[in-house]
Amino acid sequence: MADAKPVERPLSPHLQIYRPQLTSITSILTRITGNALIVAVVLVVWWLLAAATSPEYFATADAVITSWFGDLVMTLSLWAIWYHYLAGLRHLYFDAGKGLDIPTAEKLGWILIGGSVILTIITLLLI
Amino acid sequence: MRYLTARKRAEGKGASGTGTEHHWYMQVSAVGLALIVPTFLYVFGSALGSSHETVINTFSRPVPALLTGLVLFVGLQHFRKGAQIMIEDYARGITRKILVMFLIIFSYGLTATGLYALAKIAL
Repeated sequence: MADAKPVERPLSPHLQIYRPQLTSITSILTRITGNALIVAVVLVVWWLLAAATSPEYFATADAVITSWFGDLVMTLSLWAIWYHYLAGLRHLYFDAGKGLDIPTAEKLGWILIGGSVILTIITLLLI
Repeated sequence: MRYLTARKRAEGKGASGTGTEHHWYMQVSAVGLALIVPTFLYVFGSALGSSHETVINTFSRPVPALLTGLVLFVGLQHFRKGAQIMIEDYARGITRKILVMFLIIFSYGLTATGLYALAKIAL
């Protein structure tokens, strides 16, 4: 008869085993920024709904979204959207089978980090 | 009855059961969003912090209204498919199903709310 006791198998190494690398960190950040952006979307939709409803309701929503905390959330979200934007372009580039060698992938990682900060600052200056 | 063998029906569908459909949608929506998001950021960023009247005037114009509607709709579809992958990575079984259902309902609900607000402002 077969032994029902589960065999103790070695687990494959996971995230906490590997040394953090630029490629893995930038990949994880893509997921974090993409999903965290939902906070900004909820705020923006609420703000639009308030604007559509009445001036009084708009004043309430606008006060929240333009408070120091609202400014912080929206500024971080602006960085998040630019980061996710560049990461998405890199993803399309990777999907085309290009830029997958380590030096290029690392270079692209630095472009994501630097580029997202620069684009955030440019946007803040323009609006 | 379709005259297909079981093998032929399964071919190209993979473990997901839907082949590369999901990935293809993410690529297409990514390109679409890449085209419209920068302009949207400028339009929205300029409107944010201004008076109620200015906000209503901005989103009454066709281009800002259409742009915002598209960013909301495509953005939230992109979000729902992306967040679904995250859920599928970290949750399993019934928890996974409940979370994915909630995610889909939430995404459509938020899209509908945003489009309603835009329609009310623009029309």
